[in-house]
Amino acid sequence: MTAGGDIAGMERLAIRSDQDVVRVRQLVRTLAVSVKLSLVDQTKLVTAASELARNTLVYGGGGTVEAGRVDNGRRIGIRIVFADQGPGIPDLDLALTDGYTTGNGLGLGLSGARRLVDEFDISTEVGQGTTISVTKWCR
Amino acid sequence: MERVPVLKIGDILLVSILIDMEDQVALQLQEDLADRIVETGCHGVIIDISALDIVDSFVGRTLATIASVSRVLDAETVVVGMRPAVAITLVELGLSLPGIRTALNVELGMELLARERVDDFIDDLIGDDDQDDADEAVVAAS
Repeated sequence: MTAGGDIAGMERLAIRSDQDVVRVRQLVRTLAVSVKLSLVDQTKLVTAASELARNTLVYGGGGTVEAGRVDNGRRIGIRIVFADQGPGIPDLDLALTDGYTTGNGLGLGLSGARRLVDEFDISTEVGQGTTISVTKWCR
Repeated sequence: MERVPVLKIGDILLVSILIDMEDQVALQLQEDLADRIVETGCHGVIIDISALDIVDSFVGRTLATIASVSRVLDAETVVVGMRPAVAITLVELGLSLPGIRTALNVELGMELLARERVDDFIDDLIGDDDQDDADEAVVAAS
């Protein structure tokens, strides 16, 4: 499981309101620019972060985000970890299906965000919460 | 809370989204536009998103809802100025914005609306003629 610990220069934000979702976008945008992700990859990463931050708020009842630079020896990238202590996701396969939603959204947040990043890890336990880690590498 | 201004230019309402909108701001814009369409009787809405560096599923859905609501209120919506990276990301996200008219910039958006208005007018005229022909046919048959 990917913890926040291996992220260099990690930044941490609470997600408790609509405004915090905007702050997450701004943070991720700054980080994406700092490692020189291409414009399309910056756009994809910020969009994915926006979807996941909103999920953390709406479905997780709020939580935290940690984001920073990662280096696997060959490439550098940005990793973002969203964590909440919400109800968890009972059926993960279903939750990752395009168009499935328990709320009133489009059901594209989780499945769409997964397509926009290079690595996507999710761990969830009913009654305990959900942690999602995404990574985008520079090409 | 910030608010996105809605400008009236002739028969068109013009909205330029220049800020990174909170979800509530997007919902407020949706309501403001519906009110303004009814208040002004405008037949076209142009939403300029050239300043937005991302459009996520929430904003995408809001744009689609604005277009649908406008249509019900007899106004056509055109979303203009989408950046190439935003278009690529939206499609990959799974949101192809069906039912939304787009143009590359405000000027082309205005042309599109003007053209549609003329087409509708001509369609109405032709539609009336057809109706007259049908009436005559009924008269002739009786």
